[in-house]
Amino acid sequence: MAQAVNDPKATRTDAPGSDAGDPDAGGPDADGVPDLETLRRRVRALERGTGPERAPVLPLGAPAIDELLPGGGLARAGVHELLPERTAWDDGPVTGFALALTGRLMAVAQGPVLWVARRGDLYAPGAPAFGVDPDRLLTARAGDDAGVLWAMEEALRCSGLAGVVGEVGQLDRTAARRLQLAAEAGGVTGLTLLRRRVVPRGRQDPSAAATRWRVGARPARRDGGRAVPGGGHAPGAGRACWHLDLVRARGGDPADFEVEWDHATGDFALAAALRDGSAADFRAGGVPGVRRAG
Amino acid sequence: MSGADGRQALTAVDARAAAAGIGPGVPLAEARAQVPELDIQPADPDGDAAALRRLAAWCGRYSPWTAPDPHGGEGGGAGVWIDATGCAHLFGGEAAMLSDLCHRLARLGLSARAAMADTPGAAWALARFATDASLTTLVAPEGALRGYLSPLPPAALRLDAADCELLHRLGLRRIGEVLNVPPAALAPRVGRQVARRLDQALGRVAEPIDPLTPVPPLRVRRAFAEPIGTRDDIAGAIEALIAGLCRRLEEVGQGARRLELTLYRVDGSLQPVQLGTSRASREADHLKRLFAERLDDLDAGFGVEVMTLAALGAERLAAGQLALGRKHAGTGQRGAGELAGLIDRLEARLGGGSVTRPRPRGSHLPERAVAAGPAFAGSKRQAWPATGPRPLRLVEPPQPLDATSAVPATAEPSGSPPAQIRLGGLTHRVTGAHGPERLSPEWWRPDSPEGQGGRDYYRLETAEGRRYWVFRSGNRWYLHGLFA
Repeated sequence: MAQAVNDPKATRTDAPGSDAGDPDAGGPDADGVPDLETLRRRVRALERGTGPERAPVLPLGAPAIDELLPGGGLARAGVHELLPERTAWDDGPVTGFALALTGRLMAVAQGPVLWVARRGDLYAPGAPAFGVDPDRLLTARAGDDAGVLWAMEEALRCSGLAGVVGEVGQLDRTAARRLQLAAEAGGVTGLTLLRRRVVPRGRQDPSAAATRWRVGARPARRDGGRAVPGGGHAPGAGRACWHLDLVRARGGDPADFEVEWDHATGDFALAAALRDGSAADFRAGGVPGVRRAG
Repeated sequence: MSGADGRQALTAVDARAAAAGIGPGVPLAEARAQVPELDIQPADPDGDAAALRRLAAWCGRYSPWTAPDPHGGEGGGAGVWIDATGCAHLFGGEAAMLSDLCHRLARLGLSARAAMADTPGAAWALARFATDASLTTLVAPEGALRGYLSPLPPAALRLDAADCELLHRLGLRRIGEVLNVPPAALAPRVGRQVARRLDQALGRVAEPIDPLTPVPPLRVRRAFAEPIGTRDDIAGAIEALIAGLCRRLEEVGQGARRLELTLYRVDGSLQPVQLGTSRASREADHLKRLFAERLDDLDAGFGVEVMTLAALGAERLAAGQLALGRKHAGTGQRGAGELAGLIDRLEARLGGGSVTRPRPRGSHLPERAVAAGPAFAGSKRQAWPATGPRPLRLVEPPQPLDATSAVPATAEPSGSPPAQIRLGGLTHRVTGAHGPERLSPEWWRPDSPEGQGGRDYYRLETAEGRRYWVFRSGNRWYLHGLFA
C-alpha cells in the first residue's frame, strides 16, 4: 500500500475547479465534489471488513460540535489544520487540542501516532492528561518543513498508524493538497499543526484540508465551575479552556466554540457556542455541561 | 626526512633518488652533498599512516579482508595485506588479480609490487625481496613455499635489525641456510622470534590478519567493465546487489539490520553509505526503497568501477518476518510490517535515529525525565513516574522571565508566585497560580549545573487564559513550559 515518494501525478488528480478558490465558499463545486466522493467511496470500499476502527469520522465527543461537522466528526481519511490564535508563546492551546485529537485517534484506531516536527519541544509527560499514551507516540525529527511534509505524506499512506501529526512553519496550497490526497488514499488521519509566529487571517486562504481550526486560550471558568481539590484555582490541573474557531470545513459551515477540556474524563465540554451569530438550530438542551453564550 | 636526536636523515626516497644511491637513513647533509638538486620534504608519519589506511580500504574492492601494514623494513616501504581467499576467481585468477591491482595503483600514481603466497609471511617476503621493477607481481604456487623462500635474505622473515645482524654473524645469509640448521641448534642462539617468523612464513603456525574493518560475513560485489556514473546505472547496480545479498541472507536464514553500500570510484576514492532497518529484513523491494531515498547522496565522481553491498548487522529472521507487507508473527497487528517499512524509509531520509519513542528516564528534573528510545521497543513497557502536572511543551533551555512579585522583594517569603510576567514583549497579569513544586538539583550527577539551587515551580494562568510553567531559581524567574 505504501507508495514511494514524490509521485508528481498525485498532485494533479484533484479536480481543476478546486484550484480556483475555496470550493466551499461558493456553493458546491461541480467538479470537485464528485471527485472527492469517488475517493471517499473508494477508501470506504478498501476499508470494508477491517473492523470498526476504520470508521470514516472521528467524533470530538461533544455532540454540539460533532453535529456541525460534516459526517458527524472529523473525516478520518483527511487532513485537519490547526493554527494558534496569537503570535508568540501561544502554542499551548493548539498543542493541547492536537493532543486531545491524538488521544481520541488512539482510542479508536490501532497502532501508534507519528508526530513529526522540526523542534523536539513536545513534552511526553504532559501528554497523558490528554488521553495520549506516550508509549504509542512515535516522534520524528526533520531538518526543515519540506522534510516534515515529506514524512507526513509517507506516513499518511501507512495503514499501521493511528494518525499523523506534523508541525510546520508554513504550509502552501500544493503541500496541503498532497497531504490531503495521501490521507484519502491511505485512510489515515492527519493533523497539520502550524507553528509560525505570525498567522495570516485565514478565512479567505483556501486550503485543501478537510477542516481548519484556530485555537486560542480563554480564562478558565470559575463561576459555577468545579472546586479544584486542594483549594484555589489550579491551572494545568483543572480544566483548560479553549476557543475553537472552525475557520473552514469542507462540506460544512464555519463555526466557533468555547470548550473546556476535562482532564479527568478526557472529554470536551462546551462552555459556550456561537455559530455565525445564529444559534437557532443549535440544540444545546440535550448536552450536559453545555452553556450557551448570551 | 626526519630529525630525531638533532640529526636529520632521510626516511623515504623515490625511485630516482634510489637510483642515485641515496636510501633511507642517509644523513641529510650527506644526501645533499651527493645530489644537490634533491627535493626534500619533512616526514609526515601520521599522514602516511592515514594514506595507508585509505589504501587498505581501497583494496576492499578485491577482498573484504584488508589491513594496512605500516612496517617497512629493509625490503621496501609499507604495504597492505589482502586475504584473497576465495576472491581471486572474480578477477580471472590470482596472477590476473595481482596485475589488475598493480595496474590500477600505477594509474593512481603509486608504484607497487605484489605477491601472493600460501601464508602472509611468505607473501610479505616475496613482495619485498623476490620482485623488482621488471617483475612487479609474483604468485607462488601452492605448496612451493620452501623453494621460493630459500634464496631470500633473512630480512624477508620480517626480523628486526638485531636478529638479521645475528644471523649474518652466524654465517646464515639465506633463508634456505637458516632452514637447514636444526631448530634445536638454532633456537638457543637467535631467540624465539626467528623461529616464529619461519614457522609463520612456512605456514607451520597460523597467522591471522587483523582486518581494517570487522569483516561482514555477508557481502556481495559487482564490478563493471566500463565505469558507470548515471543515476539509472547506479540504481540498477544497487538493485542487482540487493538481489544478490537477499539470496545470501536467505541461504543463512538471516535478515539485515545494517547495510553498507560502498562505491569504488575511478580516482581511487570510495564512498560508503550506511543504512539501518528497524527490523531484520531481506525483502528486496523494501531494501530497494531504502536506498532509493539515498540515491541523491551518492556521488559517482568520474565513474564507479566496483560496488559492494554488505550486511554489517544481521539477525536471524523468523518465518513470520519474511515479508514486511504481510502480517507479522507475534504482533498480531495488521500494518505493523508496513510501519516498520515506514520507519526505515523515514530514517533513511531524515537520518538514523530520527524516529524515536519517548521513554521515561529516572530523573525528576523535567529536562532529563524523557529519553529518546528506539522506535521499536518491543513489548516492554516502562511506567511513567507519577509527578505533578507537566506541561505539553518544554521550553529548553528555560527562558529568562521578567517577573514582578506582589510582595516587595525584601519582604518576599520563599513561596510566592509572581503577580505579572513579561514574555515576548507583552506583559501578562497573573490571575491564577499554583505551587510551588520544589525540585532539587541532582547534585550527584557530574554534569549538574554548578552552584544552582533548587527550583520552585509554579503553574500560572494569565488574564487571557494562557497557562505557563515557570520556576524561580535564586532570584531569577524562568519559563520552562507551556500548558494547554
